[in-house]
Amino acid sequence: MSDITITINGIECKAKEGEYILNIARRNNIFIPAICYLTGCSPTLACRICLVEADGKRVYSCNAKAKDGMQVITDNEEIAKERRAIMEVYDVNHPLQCGVCDQSGECELQNYTLYMGVDKQHYAIRDTKRESVTWGPIHYDAGLCIVCERCITVCKDMIGDAALKTVPRGGDKLSKELKEEMPKDAYAMWNKLQKSIIGPTAKSGTLECSECGECIAVCPVGALVSTDFQYTSNAWELRRIPAANPHSCDCSLLYYEVKHTSVNNPKEKIYRVTNDFHYTALNGAARFGYDFQNEVERKDEEAFKKAVDFIREKADTIKFNSFITNEEALILQKLREKFGFKLINEDAKAYQDFMENYSKITGKKHYSGSLKKIKESNFVICMATAVRYDSPNTGYAINNAVTMNKGAGLYFHPIDDQIVNGYAKNMVTIAHEAGAEEYVLAFVLKKFAKDMPKELKDILDKVSDEKINEYLNLPEDFDKTLTKMLAKKDKFSFVIGADAYTHPKAKNLAKLAGAVERYTDFDVVVIPSQTNTLGVSLICDLGEHEGENVLGYNEKGDFTLSALGDGDLDMPALNQQEGTFTNIDKRVVPTNAALEYKGYCLNDIANALGLNRELTIDYTKELPQNSGYVPLEFDLMPNFFDNGGNELRGYILEEKEAKESIDFDEISKIEKIEGQLVYKSNPINQFSPFTNKAHQLNEEPSLYVSKEFLESLGVKEGEKVLVEGEEGSIEIKTKVDIQAVGNIPYLPTFDPSLNLNAIFPSKYRFAKVSIKKV
Amino acid sequence: MDLTNYNNRDISKDYRYVKVDPIPTTPWEKFKRVVKRTFSCELFVGLWIVFREMIKFNIHTVQYPAEKLPISPRYRAIHKLLRLMESGNERCIGCGLCEKICIANCIRMDTKIDENSRKAVTEYTINFGRCIFCGYCAEVCPELAIVHGGDYENASEQRAHFALKEDMLTPIDIFKAGKQKEFPGFGALSKNADENVKKTPLAY
Repeated sequence: MSDITITINGIECKAKEGEYILNIARRNNIFIPAICYLTGCSPTLACRICLVEADGKRVYSCNAKAKDGMQVITDNEEIAKERRAIMEVYDVNHPLQCGVCDQSGECELQNYTLYMGVDKQHYAIRDTKRESVTWGPIHYDAGLCIVCERCITVCKDMIGDAALKTVPRGGDKLSKELKEEMPKDAYAMWNKLQKSIIGPTAKSGTLECSECGECIAVCPVGALVSTDFQYTSNAWELRRIPAANPHSCDCSLLYYEVKHTSVNNPKEKIYRVTNDFHYTALNGAARFGYDFQNEVERKDEEAFKKAVDFIREKADTIKFNSFITNEEALILQKLREKFGFKLINEDAKAYQDFMENYSKITGKKHYSGSLKKIKESNFVICMATAVRYDSPNTGYAINNAVTMNKGAGLYFHPIDDQIVNGYAKNMVTIAHEAGAEEYVLAFVLKKFAKDMPKELKDILDKVSDEKINEYLNLPEDFDKTLTKMLAKKDKFSFVIGADAYTHPKAKNLAKLAGAVERYTDFDVVVIPSQTNTLGVSLICDLGEHEGENVLGYNEKGDFTLSALGDGDLDMPALNQQEGTFTNIDKRVVPTNAALEYKGYCLNDIANALGLNRELTIDYTKELPQNSGYVPLEFDLMPNFFDNGGNELRGYILEEKEAKESIDFDEISKIEKIEGQLVYKSNPINQFSPFTNKAHQLNEEPSLYVSKEFLESLGVKEGEKVLVEGEEGSIEIKTKVDIQAVGNIPYLPTFDPSLNLNAIFPSKYRFAKVSIKKV
Repeated sequence: MDLTNYNNRDISKDYRYVKVDPIPTTPWEKFKRVVKRTFSCELFVGLWIVFREMIKFNIHTVQYPAEKLPISPRYRAIHKLLRLMESGNERCIGCGLCEKICIANCIRMDTKIDENSRKAVTEYTINFGRCIFCGYCAEVCPELAIVHGGDYENASEQRAHFALKEDMLTPIDIFKAGKQKEFPGFGALSKNADENVKKTPLAY
């Protein structure tokens, strides 16, 4: 990709060869109207409004690639005529219900109609009856739909569900005279529009998807709206508060939109969550799980005093999870330094240990990859994670990479995933034996590693191809397939997830993963399991065994501080706090408080114990620099995407050297687990008790099964089954995960009252069980 | 109400000039004026007029509150929410334009989706402590639902007594009795409204 220069409206613009004109113009703040194009997705040419003149020829700027020295004019009389005709066509039969439409005020049809100055209609056609339907949290009003196909595009190219398609509209044919009378592109666009409308791809006729709601975000009109939000507020009444996704490790930029609750309740309430859909996609938890705030009426002085006394006199351990900000993690770490507490965080500890061993091989503190790098790559390997469940945004990045870059990918996981398989033709899912993660890494290293040290070579040599085949269940002729898949591939990404760092042999897996980064072309991402797992692992010195008097922070302890409202002292939830997270991209991103919190926060406790900072965010500049943090004030952190799509949010952690020590353990044989397995995973859109507190996501924990597995169990959905593990059993309802396949069901962790320790005796996410009908 | 009298703003034909004495400047002139006014009994002229009118019982004042002067339709008093002429349904569709345009930021409404999948306005309030009666809300309203009424008697223990939807909405019995009056003021259709309509072609 060489650098070129093109001229748009007389302004010289630098670009890379092969870039689309529209993207270059946007980056240089030149406005070209466009409706159907989504940055980062493939152009659909549905709207044709981005028409420009390049070197005297009419082209569509969303799919015309720039060439060196190109002269582009974005507007002339002829183009203006086309655009106006297109807008007139879009307005034909569009219901005049702006007064009640949820999109009014931020509607692209409204905006462009006014922008093109459409004050008179020249065209008409008989309308077709178009019914509106409700697909769970998504409401589709076909009457308002302008079939720009943005929802279809984003679902296919970004999310990967491909749950939407165009279906026949049954509209009247355009009369032949129009072809001569009308501007050419307007006619072509109308001709297509009259033929199609949006519908689900599933045979059942209803929408079967992961319910991320990205289609709602991208819809330029009010056709796709959130069922819950519909008709509750006008867009302009809502105040937007930029924040970061508090539920999962991508910490994507989102906006909480708040307004007073009602006429007689002035207390602010979050009405919905929106995002800059051109540059970032949100998962369903972020979009629908926003109202998890902890409502506290006043400061509970008594409980606060008890908390301070408990910490000062009794506590020897602080137990917490990674749904906290960097600043809170630093406060806990400072308390540890001052009072000598043990900090217990199982999730971050596993991650920290993994990264420590990983760094021993790479010699660097952080992994090299990021979601952006995944999106740019054209060969992706994903292992040890049910990626769409653990980190949906990583799944989006993989899907985006393989669909947009003509890429290919491998997905190794004991549970097959048909949706991942459907990302692209060259995406191969391999359901290997549970526990065989070492063999996956051995396979990858054998295939891709160059200049390996002798220690690694020796170990790999001991792993026979037969064993790899046996444990990984590779399809026939896989070598050939892989060679085909690797043709013309030059950018490689590797994703490894929570199955690896909870694995009994996590230490060796970490080293092998480190070897993947060091000795192959792959950029590696190690998915943090919770929102700020990476941050906590970089900030806190974590211990392993808890002491006698435990202070729990969002975890059960002898004295519990809880943002869920079920503890001894209330704490603010993540939508009531400002602070920063360290996300999967190793980026420190700021988040802001959307709602007021009237109680005490962790900083108040720290102050009572003598740490003395006025605000929690005073700790932002004190984050440990030896882990790569930069001494930057919270208020100086930017939090937006610019017109070129550059992410200007917080900062990226600086790379730090780590102590190298290259040695590997033997890759041992594994015992194939015969019989029924169960996996520890939350359903899509659930991550924690916080997501489950949100009214749109709240559900009873169930045993999530595929349709076929439910049939083989001989129970109906909703009926209870007995799951017997090695150390106990639980009786639990069954629920069908429509996207799941195979015979391994999963149990969720979002409800702490569910005793999973009985089923999963070790930390590893697979366990052997027997499942019986009750 | 007939608007003719209000539309004719030219009142010049009734003008006449009042003779005004020059303003005294020197102390002597001022003294002369005082003496003149004191001894010409102007006071008694005024008293005589009052006495004459009193014994004639020809009273020109309005017997408020028993009697009220008609008020211009352009007068902007406490708001009213109107109903649709035929069905009696509420006109307000909850579009929120009044909420947006209100420069005193005193209008609030609650909306929801009702059982017929329509947008329903469950509550509508104007904070009359803040309202400056500018009339923008009535002017912007696409349905002529929020209008200014003519009631200027706004004495109450609380301003809130006029501020809720139930206070502003035409009561259904008054509506059924045909007593809801169309609003001719700000935002109402102009006489030549039809001329301004651009026709949209129809394919039926």
